[in-house]
Amino acid sequence: MDIHEYQAKEILKSFGVGVPDGALAYSPEQAAYRARELGGAKWVVKAQVHAGGRGKAGGVKLCSSEHEILDVTSDMFGMKLVTHQTGPEGKGVYRVYVEAATPFEREIYLGFVLDRTSQRIMIVASGEGGMEIEEISAKRPESIVRQTVEPAVGLRDFQAREIAFALGIPPALTQQMVRTLQGCYRAFRDLDATMVEINPLVITQDQRILALDAKMTFDSNALFRHIEISELRDKSQEDPRESRAADRGLAYIGLTGNIGCIVNGAGLAMATMDTIKLAGGEPANFLDIGGGATPERVAKAFRLVTSDKNVQAVLVNIFAGINRCDWVAEGVVQALKAEPLDVPVIVRLAGTNVEAGQQILAQSGLPIIRAGSLMEAAQRSVTAWKNDSAQNTSQHSRAKTTA
Amino acid sequence: MSIFLDRSSRVIVQGITGRMAQFHTREMLDYGTNVVGGVVPGKGGEKVHGVPVYNTVKEAVAATGADASLVFVPPPFAADSIMEAADGGIRYCVCITDGIPAQDMIQVKRYMLRYPKEKRMVLTGPNCAGTITPGQALLGIMPGHIYLPGPVGIVGRSGTLGYEAAQQLKDLGIGVSTSVGIGGDPINGSSFRDILEAFQEDPATEVVCLIGEIGGPQEAEAATYIQTKMTKPVIAYIAGLTAPKGRTMGHAGAIISAFGESASEKVEILTAAGVTVAENPSVIGDTIAKVLRRKAA
Repeated sequence: MDIHEYQAKEILKSFGVGVPDGALAYSPEQAAYRARELGGAKWVVKAQVHAGGRGKAGGVKLCSSEHEILDVTSDMFGMKLVTHQTGPEGKGVYRVYVEAATPFEREIYLGFVLDRTSQRIMIVASGEGGMEIEEISAKRPESIVRQTVEPAVGLRDFQAREIAFALGIPPALTQQMVRTLQGCYRAFRDLDATMVEINPLVITQDQRILALDAKMTFDSNALFRHIEISELRDKSQEDPRESRAADRGLAYIGLTGNIGCIVNGAGLAMATMDTIKLAGGEPANFLDIGGGATPERVAKAFRLVTSDKNVQAVLVNIFAGINRCDWVAEGVVQALKAEPLDVPVIVRLAGTNVEAGQQILAQSGLPIIRAGSLMEAAQRSVTAWKNDSAQNTSQHSRAKTTA
Repeated sequence: MSIFLDRSSRVIVQGITGRMAQFHTREMLDYGTNVVGGVVPGKGGEKVHGVPVYNTVKEAVAATGADASLVFVPPPFAADSIMEAADGGIRYCVCITDGIPAQDMIQVKRYMLRYPKEKRMVLTGPNCAGTITPGQALLGIMPGHIYLPGPVGIVGRSGTLGYEAAQQLKDLGIGVSTSVGIGGDPINGSSFRDILEAFQEDPATEVVCLIGEIGGPQEAEAATYIQTKMTKPVIAYIAGLTAPKGRTMGHAGAIISAFGESASEKVEILTAAGVTVAENPSVIGDTIAKVLRRKAA
């Protein structure tokens, strides 16, 4: 789960990490008022969206008067900020963070991740702050310093000192850097984060170490023990279809194609998307309805997948292992009889009692297209979608001619 | 022969009184697995399908001589149960639970290092379908009837995609030595490489089918092992060619977050290591059959 920059800063501050003074605003007027409260002569105004790359996309502006803040934030509020991380649809700006501008001498990159190779928490740092980590690893890989944390004893001060010296932090600031690293580590560990990224961490002209930006991501599997983090969820930053699916316990990810997928199991769901692509189509979504594939889940899945208006065919691919294909087929038939679809439905069943399942589909009287293998199902979906859209176009032109 | 599990394995089920656990205990018993006990704190003395329940793993091991365990405990408590199994003398543990916090798994991995290698429990999963040695024993939730006994070792992250492979093999009359699910989580008990090492040593396994997906370094690690150490042929399929970067695709670990973690990069790395990669999931069985024929010729 992602949170906003200002929320990450509040959390890190409570763990002893230095952050600039700042305040949140929900309107241009509030932003201007907050700037006056903060005092000073220069402020940075930052759009709060769940994505990086805000600066280049126009989501971060330096202002030197309250009027300028009003002007800048009037444009920001309600805009869809499109960065390289948001996708073309962008993310809506409904909150803006106003910060006292901080003159600094040096920028540092600091990241904490779950390293899957060592299976431990890893610190990644570089003296080349301001650039993204991908860019640093491409251009200045030798500048990157790494330390893994032994889980039984946690991050040791000597490790933090080693990082500080490797980054060339002035000796007078070593203790401050150790405090910063320990604060981030404790926040990561105590709150079950999966990522803490401060880019840049700066050394200010008055020799303080401050987090100018902050990003935190949390382990969704650990939210049961962090009610306070769950409360930070901001649905305005999520794809509405994905939020709806998540609230119903389905793993759904919206994509840009037009063949909807309903599959049991995450691996098989990905394999189904890939096969559609190989057959010349484009998948509209990832959807794993879980091992059970009960009729209720199938019905929910149909509603969810077809709520995407781009969907022109639906491919159902169920491997019934513990369940039986005839039972899954009954569920599909029930769901389609209760709520008929106006797009072709292709069903591929495999596993236990597959013949009985096929028979139920065949005798249902519904225009279900059946397939034996996954490849065949994908090919039939692509053909059905092409035929269907061709038919719609010709109907459309006929209607036009008649008019 | 087989790896991890055979007809002599004495199995306990941790969390046996839960609804799903009861159902799958029945399935395992019906398959012929020697389920000798269950563990649920506070329910010692009860019975599930005639199987005695104990309060602790140590009690269960002392009373039954159990050496394998299936963990069916809810996510908040599952890591603790795995550690209890490791400390209680269990040699092989499968954890089915989906949704264990990643940092709990970091603790589990660290805890297991307390034991010298020859006494250390082998853990597969969490978030997996389990392990089956066809015709001998089932420790998991997979449908036993889709597996024939035979020469193919299967190791994969995904449950249903593994079933897909087993069913295709069965339709071709080809059987499986052991099938192991390593699970879809980012921090897991055993890696692809760990299981490949076991298959390499297993006389019953002639070829290995590896079913991977996007995310993490374990397929690349497997490729290095295959290229440098493995003499048995390996067939692979990697799911997620169309998965967008930075999104979690169902499995907590199925996310492309670094270089080398996409499906196309993994296919490239495995191919370079001499692995035969099936282009689509419908031809996994045929690809294995071809490799087996080539081997026999």
